[in-house]
Amino acid sequence: MVTQVAAAGPLARSSLRLPVAAWTRRVGSVVLVLVALVGLWELYHWVWTMTGWTWPFIVNDTSMPHVWTIFQAFGQPAQVNQPPLITVLLHKTAFTAKEAAAGFGIGALIGFSLGVVLVHSRLLQRGFLPYIVGSQTVPILAIAPMVVVWVNPRLPGPLQGWGAVAVIATYLTFFPVTINTLRGLQSVEPRALELMRTYGASRRAVLWKLRVPSSLPYLFSALRLSATASVVGAIIGELPSGLQDGLGGAIFNFNQYYSIEPQELWATNVIAALLGIAFFVIVVLAEKAIVRRAPENVA
Amino acid sequence: MSVGSPDRSVSETRPDVVRVAGVTKTFPRGNVTALQEIDLELAPGEFVSLIGPSGCGKSTLLRVIGDLVEPTAGSIAVNGKSARQAREDGDYGIVFQEAVLFDWRTVAKNIGLPLEMLGWDRARRRKRIEEMLALVELSGFADHHPWQLSGGMQQRVAIARALAFEPALLLMDEPFGALDEMTRERLNLELLSIWEQTANTVVFVTHSISEAVFLSTRVVVMSPRPGRIAGHVEIDLPTPRTAETRDTPRFFELVTQVRNLLRGQGEHLLPEEEALG
Repeated sequence: MVTQVAAAGPLARSSLRLPVAAWTRRVGSVVLVLVALVGLWELYHWVWTMTGWTWPFIVNDTSMPHVWTIFQAFGQPAQVNQPPLITVLLHKTAFTAKEAAAGFGIGALIGFSLGVVLVHSRLLQRGFLPYIVGSQTVPILAIAPMVVVWVNPRLPGPLQGWGAVAVIATYLTFFPVTINTLRGLQSVEPRALELMRTYGASRRAVLWKLRVPSSLPYLFSALRLSATASVVGAIIGELPSGLQDGLGGAIFNFNQYYSIEPQELWATNVIAALLGIAFFVIVVLAEKAIVRRAPENVA
Repeated sequence: MSVGSPDRSVSETRPDVVRVAGVTKTFPRGNVTALQEIDLELAPGEFVSLIGPSGCGKSTLLRVIGDLVEPTAGSIAVNGKSARQAREDGDYGIVFQEAVLFDWRTVAKNIGLPLEMLGWDRARRRKRIEEMLALVELSGFADHHPWQLSGGMQQRVAIARALAFEPALLLMDEPFGALDEMTRERLNLELLSIWEQTANTVVFVTHSISEAVFLSTRVVVMSPRPGRIAGHVEIDLPTPRTAETRDTPRFFELVTQVRNLLRGQGEHLLPEEEALG
């Protein structure tokens, strides 16, 4: 009993070091839900086909292809004399991931910096915040073509094309980071600020030793949102850019052949979703490694 | 001016650590006079408790000394300097009612925070942190995070942090107010033993008469609306004080003296203190 307490007690610092059983449970529950969802899909398909129900839409192998058809599509070439779909999609995924990662990184940096600037000036906060909020009410589809027209000609060769898409992903990323960074930096305990004052701490010291560390849980909950938003931004950004190298291009293409080969669009969607999840998981793992917080305070 | 312990007798030539002269503080909101014409001197090595009912300005007085609140009138000198200069020079350490530890730092790094602010190098910090951990008897907990400690242990870390850079003055604002009675009494003893080792001058804000009498060399009784000093009670209990000190007749006499001073102001005592004696 005593040794058990010592082992599981205060020194077990990181959930990255969860016991094997706990990991098995976690992964197990995810797999279980996945199996249930696939079952639900197929059950729905089966019931609606058998009964001939048409509400809310007609169910057939085009509107809802079988799960196995979708997965078979990965192994087959989308066009004659091409490698299997999965190979093509993985290349496109790498391309979109590059755009999204660049957009996410730049967006997070801009968002964080804006938050830091705004927390230090009431005036700037009042002046700028409405426009920052307003920037997000403009649909990304309306902005994307302009970004491509403005940004692309200025980009050096290696950045041509995908650079503009990264800017669009940035646009979607920075906003939650700014808002949450600001909130996090403001959430500091007044007593803690007073303590720093007793040390005669400079603004910079207060920022880096107190405000930033205590804002990290807020920052990371924004980064989780932004991680998926940056993937969406990259995919949407590829459409007005006319880029064929990424998942956005692929989705646009397969969309046009949907009535003939719906499974290819579905397969692409599965991959796009996995990319978003991968971004999300990376942020969560980074948070686990970086943020040290009382268990009850972890968002 | 006499203090409780003979080996701590104050030489008249040493300058006061704290000198408060004619300090008045009014808060414009509600036109409250928190402090009116306060005069207070603390000689080196004194342990002075400020006691009084809520609203008597005892915490405000402590904050004025620490330059966390600006007085409306009057002057404060700490170590012969202005309160502001003293704060910026790190002349005092402070302990609040809440431990105010940084969750993302280990116990050791929390204690090292003021040392970082002073620009101490890593080796020097590590050595001092070890000493402070030993002083507050938390040597095995250097790598723990604050949330893994009990309230009493957290407060001991806060004390270690406040004393880490060896300030002449220790300001304590109801440091044990949020703790249960048992923990509080144990920490009272520990604080005295720490104080005997460090020889700090201490300003200790409390609303517990027994705590004030047990710890102090002098109790300053304050009264509210407006906040004034109602009187001083020199505490001549022998040192070192132990748990048994609380059972001696002299202890009860002094508690009664402080209580009468508080009553003389027509103020109600806190219920917990009514039960005493």
